[in-house]
Amino acid sequence: MHAPTVLRAATLAVALAFATAVDAKTLRWSSQGDILTMDPHAQNEGLNNTVSDHIYEPLVTRGKDLKIEPCLAVSWKAVSPTAMQFKLRQGIKFHDGTPFTADDVVFSIERALAPTSNFSPYMQGITGARKVDDSTVEITTKGPNPVLLPQLTEVRMMSKAWATKHNVQRPQDYKNKEETYASRNANGTGPFVLKSREADVKTVLVLNSNWWGKMEGNVNEIFYQPIKQDGTRLAALLSGEVDFVLDPPPQDIPRLKKDAKIKVVEGNENRTIFFGFDQWRDELQYSSVKGKNPFKDQRVRQAFQLAIDVNALKTQVMRGLSTPTAVMFAPQVDGYDKALDTVVKPDRERAKKLLAEAGYPQGFEVTLDCPNNRYINDEKLCQATAAMLAQVNVKVRLNAMPRATYFAKIQKFDTSFYMLGWGVPTFDSLYSLQSLLRTVGQGGDGNFNLGKYSNPKVDAAVDALKTETDPARRKALTKEALAIHKADVGHIPLHHQVIPWAMRANVSVVHRADNRLTVKWVKIN
Amino acid sequence: MIAFVIRRLAQGVIVMLVVGLIAFSLFNFVGDPVALMLPPEATQADRQAMRENLGLDKPFYVQFATFVGNAVQGNFGISLRLGRPVSALLVERLPATLELAFVAATLALVVGIPAGVYTGLKRNAWFSRVLLTVSLIGVSLPTFLIGIFLILIFAVWLGWLPSFGRGDTVMVGGWSTGFLTGSGLKALILPSITLGLFQLTLIMRLVRSEMLEVLRTDYIKFARARGLTNRAVNFGHALRNTLVPVITITGLQLGAIIAFAIITETVFQWPGMGLLFIQAVQFADIPVMAAYLCLIGFIFVVINLVVDVLYYFVDPRLRIDRAAAGGH
Repeated sequence: MHAPTVLRAATLAVALAFATAVDAKTLRWSSQGDILTMDPHAQNEGLNNTVSDHIYEPLVTRGKDLKIEPCLAVSWKAVSPTAMQFKLRQGIKFHDGTPFTADDVVFSIERALAPTSNFSPYMQGITGARKVDDSTVEITTKGPNPVLLPQLTEVRMMSKAWATKHNVQRPQDYKNKEETYASRNANGTGPFVLKSREADVKTVLVLNSNWWGKMEGNVNEIFYQPIKQDGTRLAALLSGEVDFVLDPPPQDIPRLKKDAKIKVVEGNENRTIFFGFDQWRDELQYSSVKGKNPFKDQRVRQAFQLAIDVNALKTQVMRGLSTPTAVMFAPQVDGYDKALDTVVKPDRERAKKLLAEAGYPQGFEVTLDCPNNRYINDEKLCQATAAMLAQVNVKVRLNAMPRATYFAKIQKFDTSFYMLGWGVPTFDSLYSLQSLLRTVGQGGDGNFNLGKYSNPKVDAAVDALKTETDPARRKALTKEALAIHKADVGHIPLHHQVIPWAMRANVSVVHRADNRLTVKWVKIN
Repeated sequence: MIAFVIRRLAQGVIVMLVVGLIAFSLFNFVGDPVALMLPPEATQADRQAMRENLGLDKPFYVQFATFVGNAVQGNFGISLRLGRPVSALLVERLPATLELAFVAATLALVVGIPAGVYTGLKRNAWFSRVLLTVSLIGVSLPTFLIGIFLILIFAVWLGWLPSFGRGDTVMVGGWSTGFLTGSGLKALILPSITLGLFQLTLIMRLVRSEMLEVLRTDYIKFARARGLTNRAVNFGHALRNTLVPVITITGLQLGAIIAFAIITETVFQWPGMGLLFIQAVQFADIPVMAAYLCLIGFIFVVINLVVDVLYYFVDPRLRIDRAAAGGH
C-alpha cells in the first residue's frame, strides 16, 4: 500500500478509537531547514520559535491579529514604573503532569536571563522575577519598559522540577562540548507534546489532550520534515506527501496558483528590505571618489533614491510578491503611519541634476555589498538596482556573497553601500528605530546602523521612545523620527517582503506576518 | 609486501594531514559562525564572548593543532548547528549513506557488467545502440537533474515512489536500516538509481571497450581455433581478463559514490552524511565540515590501500616484478 494511505488509515484508526476526535488529522509540514533544538531558550531562530510555541507557552502571546493576548498569565498590572505583576492561570499542568506554578515562572525568567541564553534581545531591560504568591509573579525592569509584553511573548515557560531533574537549569552552552537533555526532549504546557525527534528527518508532535486552551483546528498530530531542495520540497507537496510548505520557492508561485490541488496563501512579512550608505567615513572606501565621501551629501542620497524605481523592482524582480514602501517597517508594527508611507516616484532627470549640483556631473563608481541567500531575490534586486543607477551615470560594482560571509563583513561597518532586511519581532517601532536609525552607541543603540547615519533630532526622539509608555506620545515620537529620517534619505527603503505559504487545497491556515504557522488554528478537510 | 603496505600507510598519513590542513584553512574563509549563531541584535561584547567560547580567537596554528589532536581521538567537537557531538552525528548518518552507496554500487555492477558484455559482443545489435545512447545520458546529465526528473515522473506524475526521505527504518544494533521495511526499500529505488547511474554507464562502457580489446587478442583467436564454445570463450577467457581494470575502477568509484552522495542526498533529503555536510556548509558549521572532509579523505585513503593490495593478489606479475605492471 502507498505510504501516505497507510498513514491516513492509521490516523483514521486512531480517530475512531478516540470517538471524541472523529475528524482529527495529521499535518505533514515541511520547510527548508530543520528545528535546531528543543530547548526553548537556546536558539532565537524563526522556525525554532515557531515549533517551540506549540510545546512551550509564554505568559502572554499573540492572537490572529497579532495583538497581545493572555496565555499562561490571565491578567497583569503595573505596580510601579519598574515592576509588573502577572496573575497566573490556575490548574495548568506540564506534559509530565507536574503543576505549573509561580516558581516555574521565576525559574524560566532566570533561565532566559542566563549568559548562555540566546534570548537576550527579549530580556533587554528585564532585571528579574519574584514570586509574590503561588499564583502571582512580579517581573522587574531597569526603567519603565513600554515593550515588556511584546518581549514576554518570546519567553517560554519551563518546569523547574523537570529542568532540575535533568540538569538543564541553563540553556545549552557551546563551551561544554556536550548536548543537554533539553535539546532533544521537551516538557511544556502547550497544545502539543513532543513524541519523537530525528534531526533532519522527522519530528513528531501529538496533541496534548489536557491542554487548557481551545483548539480551533482539527490537527492531532504534526510531522515536521525538513526538505532542503526547493524542487524536492515542491514535488513532495504536489505528490501529496506533505500538506504544508512554509517556504515555497518564489519562482514557482505562479505555477502553484494554477494547480487546483494546491492553495497559496500570501501576506506581507514583517520584514523591510532597504539600502544603506556609509555616511561617516571622510573618504568613501569602495569607490572611485577620492578624498571625500559623496554619501555625506543629502543630495547624492536623494539622487540614488530617485534613480531606483521600487515599483519596477516589484514587477520585474519580485514577480509582484512585495509591498513597495517609503518607511523602515511594516504596517503591522505599532507606530506605523500611513501618511508617511508614500512611495518615492523615480525621476532620473532630477537625480542627474542633484548629482551635478553635488559635484558629480559624470557620476561615480561605488561597490554595492549584497547577500545572495538571505532575502527573497536579494542578489537580483541588487543587479536591477545597479542597472537603474547606471542610467544616472552611477557605476555600481556588485559584490554579492553568502550570508555567512556577508554579515560578518557589514557588521564591522566594512561597507560603502549595502542591502539589509529588518524584521520586527516585538511589533514595536522602537526595535527598528533604535537599531537602524539611532546613532551608534551603547546598549543596542544603532547596532545595525551599519552606515552610521546620525541625526541628533532622531536620536532625541528615539531616546524619548525608550521610556515613553503613552501610546499616543509613542506614535508621535515615531512619526517625528521617521519624517526626519525620510527627509534626510538616511536609507532607501525598497519593500516589505511578501511571504507565500503553499499547502494542499484541503488545508486552511491563518497567515501571520511573522511567518509563523500556528497549528491550533489549522483545519484539514 | 609488508614494506609496501607500510610505505602506503605513511603516505596515507601525509595525505590525511594535508586534507586536514586544507579543510581547516578553507573554513577560515567560509564565514563567521558567530554571525549566524547570535541574533543580529547581539552586542560586540556578546560576539567576542561567543568567539572566545568557541576558541575562534586563538591563532590559526593553535586551532589546527588542537583540531588534529582531537581528530585523531575521533573527537571533532560539537556541531554549531545541532549542538551535538559531531562524531555521534556522523555515526548516526553513516548507515543511510552506506546503504545507499551499497545499493547504488550493486546496481552499477549487476546492470553495468552484463550490459557491457552484451554491447561488446553484439556491437551492431539495435539494443546495443539503445544501451549506448542511454548511457550517454548517464554520463552527460548532472546528477541533480536526473534526480529531479525521476522525482517528477515517479513521485509527482505516477505517484508510485516517495519523493524524499528514507521511509521507515529499523534499528539493528546501532545501525538504522531501511532494508527491512517496505517503505524503506521503496525509498531506496530513486536515490540509488540517481547515484549509481553514472557508475553504471562508466562500468558498462569500460567493460565494453575492454571486451573489444580482449576479443582481438591472440589467445582468444587460439581459443576459438581450439573449437571451444562461444560461451567458454566469451565468459571464461574474455570476461575474466577484462575484470582486472573493472575491479580497480569499481573500488575507486565506491569512494566516489560515497563522496558524491552529497548531491543525491540533498535532492532526495536522504538523511546521510552528505546532507549533513551541505547543511553544515550553509550554517558555517565548521566542526561538521572538517570531520566530514577528513572522513571522506580517510575513506579514499583506505580504498586506495585496499585496491593496491588487491593488485598483488589479482595480478601475479606484480608479485614478481612491479615495474612490469606499469600499465595499470
